[in-house]
This record gives sequence, C-alpha cells and structure tokens, in this order.
Amino acid sequence: MKELKILGVITFFTLVTYWGVEPLAHSIFHPHVDPADYEFKDLPAVEAKGDVAQGQELVSMNCIACHSIEKAGFPAPLDNATANMSYGVVPPDLSSAGAIYNANFLANFIKDPATATKTAHKFTGNKVHPMPGYSWMSDEEIASMVAYFKSIAPASMTNEEVFVDACGRCHDMKYSKNFATSDVSNYMGSTPPDLSMMIRSRGEHYLTTFINDPQKHLHGTAMPRVGLNESAQKQVVTYLEEVGDSKKAEREGIAPYVLGFLAFMAFISFLWKKEIWSEVK
Amino acid sequence: MAEFKKANSVGEWLDQRLNTTMLTKVMMTEYWIPKDINFLWAMGMILAFTFKILLVSGIFLLMYYKPDVNMAFDSVNYTIMQEVGYGWLFRHIHGVGASLVFLIIYIHMFTGIYYGSYKKGREMIWLSGMLLLVLFSAEAFSGYMLPWGQMSYWAAYVITNIFGGIPLIGDELVVWIRGNFYVADSTLTRFFMLHVLLVPLAILGGIAFHFYSLRIPHVNNQKGEEIDFEEEANKYKAGRKKLSKVIPFWPVFMAKDVFVLSVFLFFFFYLVFYHYNFAMDPVNFDPANGLKTPAHIYPEWYFLWSYEVLRGFFFDIGPLKAADIGLAAFGFAQIIFALMPWLDRSPTVAPASQRPYFRVWFWIMIVILIVLTIYGKLPPTGTNAWIGFYSSIAFILLFLLLPVVTSKEAAVTKGAK
Ligand code: HEC
Ligand code: HEC
Ligand code: HEM
Repeated sequence: MKELKILGVITFFTLVTYWGVEPLAHSIFHPHVDPADYEFKDLPAVEAKGDVAQGQELVSMNCIACHSIEKAGFPAPLDNATANMSYGVVPPDLSSAGAIYNANFLANFIKDPATATKTAHKFTGNKVHPMPGYSWMSDEEIASMVAYFKSIAPASMTNEEVFVDACGRCHDMKYSKNFATSDVSNYMGSTPPDLSMMIRSRGEHYLTTFINDPQKHLHGTAMPRVGLNESAQKQVVTYLEEVGDSKKAEREGIAPYVLGFLAFMAFISFLWKKEIWSEVK
Repeated sequence: MAEFKKANSVGEWLDQRLNTTMLTKVMMTEYWIPKDINFLWAMGMILAFTFKILLVSGIFLLMYYKPDVNMAFDSVNYTIMQEVGYGWLFRHIHGVGASLVFLIIYIHMFTGIYYGSYKKGREMIWLSGMLLLVLFSAEAFSGYMLPWGQMSYWAAYVITNIFGGIPLIGDELVVWIRGNFYVADSTLTRFFMLHVLLVPLAILGGIAFHFYSLRIPHVNNQKGEEIDFEEEANKYKAGRKKLSKVIPFWPVFMAKDVFVLSVFLFFFFYLVFYHYNFAMDPVNFDPANGLKTPAHIYPEWYFLWSYEVLRGFFFDIGPLKAADIGLAAFGFAQIIFALMPWLDRSPTVAPASQRPYFRVWFWIMIVILIVLTIYGKLPPTGTNAWIGFYSSIAFILLFLLLPVVTSKEAAVTKGAK
C-alpha cells in the first residue's frame, strides 16, 4: 500500500513536469490555428457554368506559352533552366490541375494568382507575379478552362505524382530522390527547405494546416497557398510520411509483441519475487 | 606457487584459479542489504541497466553514424532511420533511454535526499553519485549534438557561449572548446570523441566507484535505522531469515529489483514505440542551419531547471551585469547539490516525513525545481521572466537557508527527546 502511495506521488510530479514541458510549452510555441479550410471560403465563388470545348481553346491560346500539358500533347515550351531564368520558377505541368486543385481556388488563381495564393505582399512596387492574371476574362471563360482541366484530369494519381505536381517545382525531397525543377531562391527570397523529414519535424497536424494556408503559421512567408483539395492534400501528407517515417508500419507492427513480452516478463518476475520474499518476510 | 589439485568440475577448476566461490559470496550472496526498503531502492539497478541499454544501442548506432557536418544528419535520419534493418529501433531506444535515464537519476537523487542517505558515512556515495550526474550530463549534451539538427547546432552554440562569461579567459575558452570561432566541424568531431569514448569510459569508472563506495556504509533503509550488519547477517545465515533485518543482494534483493525493472521496461518500450517526441525533439529533425535561428532555443528537459537559473537574472543589478549574475547563479546550481552532506546540519538520518522542518524544505525544493523546469522552456517574456527570476532567487535562498533550518530542527528535536 505504502509503495503504491510513493508511486502515486512520483507519477504525479512526473506528469506535472511533463505537462509543463510538452503540452503547455507547445501550445505556447504554436498558438491554436483554425482547422484547414478545403473550400477556400475567403475566395469569391466563380459560379458560371463552363464548356469543355471552349476551355480547351482558351487554354491552348493562353497557357501553353508557359505551361506544358503532357497529357494533352503539349510539351514544355522551354527547358527547365531557361524557364527558371525567365520566370524565376518553372511553370508546372497542368495535366493534373483538374484533379489536385480545388475548382473554385483554380478559377480564382487563374484570375489573380497573387491574391489566391495569399502572396500579394511579395508583389509590390514593380514586382509582379510571374504568371499574368486573367481577370479580364469572363467568369464563363474561366469556368470553361476549369471544366477542361477536369475533363483531362487523371482518375487516380499516386501520392508521389501529386507531390511532384503540387510541390515539386520548389521543394526537394532528397530521401526519395525527387529534386526541385527550379531554383526559386531569387524569386521567393528564401530557399524552400528539403521536405524529407518534415513529417517528423512538423508533424501531421502542422502540415495539414500549413499546406492549406502557409500564412497561418508563418505570417508573411513567401510560400504560396497551393490550393489543393482535401484528397490531394491527404495524398501529399501521406507521401511525406511514407518518405520521412518509412518504418511506421514496422514500428507499430512489432510494438504489441514487444510490449506483450515485457508484460509477461513483469508477471513472471512478480511471481519470482513473491516466492523469494515469502521466505524472508 | 600455489599447489593445484585435479579439479572434478568446471566450477571447481575456476574456483581454484579465480576463487569464484568467495567472489560470489562477497559480491552477491553475502552482500547484505537492509530488508526495510521500498521500490525506490531499485532505481540504482534500473540506472545501471539503462546505461547498459544505452551502451548497446549506441554501439549499433556507431556502426553507421558519420561524424561530419555534411554527412551526420543524413547518416542518422536516412541511413539509420530508414535503410538499416531496425536502425530506427536502436535510435528510438537510444533517444528515449537518454531521457529516461535522467528521470530515474532525479528520482534516485531525491530519494537520497528524502531519506537523508548522504550523511553519516555516506558522503562518498553521494559525491560519487553527483560525479555520475555530471558525467551523464556531459554524455547527453555531447550526444545531442551528433545528429547535427537545428537543436543540436543551436543548443551547442548557446551552451558553449555560456563559457564566454567566465572572467579573463572566457573568449579564449569558447574557441578552445569549439575548436573554431563558431560551432563547426571541429566541434562535432571532438564532441563525437567525448560521446563515444572518453565520457562513457569515465562513466564506467564512475559506476564502479559508486558501487564500491556503498560497501562500507551499506545502503540506507526506510527508517534511517542503524543496523548492525554483522549480527543481522549471522541471524540470516543461521536460518532466522524472517527475524533478520537484512537480506542478501542475490537472490532476495535482486528478485525485487528485477520485478521493478520489468515494469520500468514496459513503460520504456511503450515510449519507444508510441511516444518518443518528448525525448527526440521534432525541431532536431530539421538539419542544422547556422543562418536560421529557431524561434525557440531550449535544452533537453533535464537541463531546463539550471538553464532557467542561468537566464532568470535578466536585468543588471547595480554594477553587476545580468549575464554575470546569471552565470554565477548557474555555477551555484551546478555544485550546490554536491554540498548537501555539509549543508544539512542535523545529525538525524530519517525520512523527511519524520523531520518537521526538513520535510517542508524538501517539498518546497521539489516544487521550485518543477517551476524552474517548466519556465525554463517557456519564452522568457513578461510574467514568465519574473516567475523565472523569483524562482531562481527562491532556489538559491533555499540552499542558503538549509544549514539554518536543519540546525534549528536539530535543536528542537533534541529538546523533545
Ligand atoms: C507567363 C507565363 C505563364 C502563363 C501564360 C500562365 N502561367 Fe500559370 N504559372 C506560371 C508560373 C511561373 C507559375 C508558378 C508560380 C509560382 O510558383 O509562384 C504558374 C503556376 C500555375 C498553376 C499552379 C497554381 C498553384 O496553386 O500552385 C496553375 C494551376 C496555372 N499556373 C495555371 C495556368 C493557366 C490555366 C494559365 C492560362 C490561363 C496559365 N497558368 C498561364 C506561368 C504562367
Ligand atoms: C512556389 C514555391 C513553393 C511551392 C509550390 C511549395 N512551397 Fe513549400 N515552401 C516554399 C518556400 C519559399 C518555403 C520557405 C518559407 C519560409 O521559410 O518562410 C516553403 C516552406 C515549406 C515548409 C516548411 C514550413 C516551416 O514550418 O518552416 C513546408 C512543410 C512546405 N513548404 C511544404 C510544401 C508542400 C507540401 C508543398 C506542396 C503541396 C509546397 N510546400 C509547395 C515554397 C514553395
Ligand atoms: C557508451 C555508450 C554510448 C555510445 C557508443 C553512444 C553513441 C551514440 C551515437 C553514435 C549517437 C548518434 C546517433 C543518434 O543521434 O541517434 C548518439 C546519440 C545520442 N546519445 Fe549516445 N551513446 C552512448 C551513451 C549515451 C548515454 C549514456 C547517453 C545519456 C545519458 C547518451 C545520450 C545521447 C543523446 C541524447 C543522443 C542524441 C540522440 C538523438 O538525437 O537521437 N548516449 N549516441
């Protein structure tokens, strides 16, 4: 009984200390942020109905001067190095745009990239976003392009493909041998970090809210809001986990066996202790 | 030369040459421990075992680790964590073990303080224990640098900078410790040497010394009772085991230790598999970057209380600079626990619960250490800075008052008798 009391006292002080240096400290280092908003409610709704054929025409007139759309047979107009030099960043391939981006975000992005990505603060004075806005088009035309991207979007993508299309122009993922297509340090004013260990250094919760809206955690950061829809973002986070915490399944698989064995050992050693001490006490 | 007869068994053969029968008696079956103890007396064996776990897991890590600023991070986070079979397990065991060893050290140490096990012949046990705390601190600090993550780099930067405050030689000392003007490859390689060779060797020596220092005074017991070990041992050997106040180290004492150890290991491995972030700081999974200061720099949890004493003095007082007062207070915190046997002026060896003044002193000390630990991690701004300041003052006062409190107590309890 007395020993249980001692154990209780020690557990109490240990838990208070733990609470202070872990949950309490982290709640102060990382103030609460609202959960991810996959509908991007801050952006106005582009409600017009689009027409795929019109969209196809508009895209081939306006976009393929910069972007490749491999799936529709449009190769990249410039090699990566030249594109990087011309725009500061290599314009991403748009084959999967209809699958990975939220449709309303995409429409807003085409109209005004800096506002949709929440990076307008980076483009003041004579600096402009490398992609021109298309706010001169009508909502119908914009909606048509979105409809076109949806029509050519692949039905399913691997986690890695989503990552490459959404993040691969800026970020390295060294541990899976994916390297950024661009060097954006000039354009962004900061070098995007390697993402290999982000799942361990930031954790799933942070990543989920950060990718959805980087400004929430790093106010004034150069990283754009990429505008992924919920399932695409989940795929990206899963991919970060597959690379950065590749042994998770193994870890969680052997844990019950090891703990079961130790519980059994504790039981046996309890019996042994009882046996031995019955002679002396 | 001694005469050797033909031995009839391997045991006898060894006994003739190594005197093994005698050795087991002296070390195990006739090494006497008081019977009146609780599971807190198992902490020492848990520590020895945890050190062994750290040693073995460390040796496995050492087979793949590369002490070079350009390779260290990837050798740990890619090679060990992802490529080598069960490398992640060894790293998690090593990281969690390094943290838990301090939890147990603190429990072990406060048990000693609570039961007054540092005085009346037990001073050398106490001092050798404090030596082990210093060595483990050096081991943990040097080890934390090895993965070369953000916290490795910045904790190394901040802690080595502390030495710059030492008068006259400060600046040169910092350069000497780092092997460079800033934290660099030379810093990593020398701390690597310390971590895998010099400090572990010293720890092994320290443990041997600590164990040896226990032989003459014997361990204390729950009531602080003085036991005539010879007489009680004779009772035990004569078969009056229930009457005797002592038990042999093997198998009786160890039977209990093994049980406590098994429960501890269950807890340990639960943390290894499911709850390791407290011991392996997420920030350290960002590679070291000397150009990007992390938003919050803090040491591992077990150094927080003394770190808070260091930064608790955040304003100049008269001609004294804040940094200098902090450094002096930090120095005080580092050595003061070692002086316990001389600060406690009462000759009574008894649990704190039976010492009217010391009891109060003990629990206040625990609370202050926890407050210091918690505020050592929080950003030192606004009220936090003041709480840090006042608890640092309280910590120092507490130890300055200990001689007064205990001599008063000695006078009072003597009067009562
Ligand atoms: C002048 C070259 C240029 C033209 C023309 C252009 N873009 Fe872009 N686009 C870019 C660049 C550069 C980026 C990368 C911006 C960044 O990373 O900050 C980009 C990025 C994008 C993205 C990724 C958005 C995200 O959330 O990550 C989409 C989608 C896109 N463009 C669609 C289009 C469409 C649709 C058109 C035609 C209407 C078009 N672009 C025309 C240069 C261009
Ligand atoms: C147009 C370039 C660009 C794209 C595209 C981009 N990022 Fe970033 N990202 C950056 C930059 C620049 C930073 C550095 C921000 C800073 O330090 O302020 C960054 C930082 C980060 C960080 C670190 C945040 C932190 O807490 O320090 C993470 C995680 C991240 N990005 C994830 C992603 C993911 C996942 C994607 C794809 C969905 C992505 N990024 C797409 C430019 C980009
Ligand atoms: C002699 C035995 C030991 C050896 C050979 C050894 C070896 C190593 C090696 C190679 C590393 C780098 C890999 C890594 O970061 O995981 C490391 C890290 C570390 N070691 Fe040890 N170690 C030993 C004992 C200890 C002890 C006794 C402690 C603590 C009290 C300790 C604390 C640490 C810490 C805190 C780290 C950083 C862990 C991390 O960030 O993951 N080590 N050790």
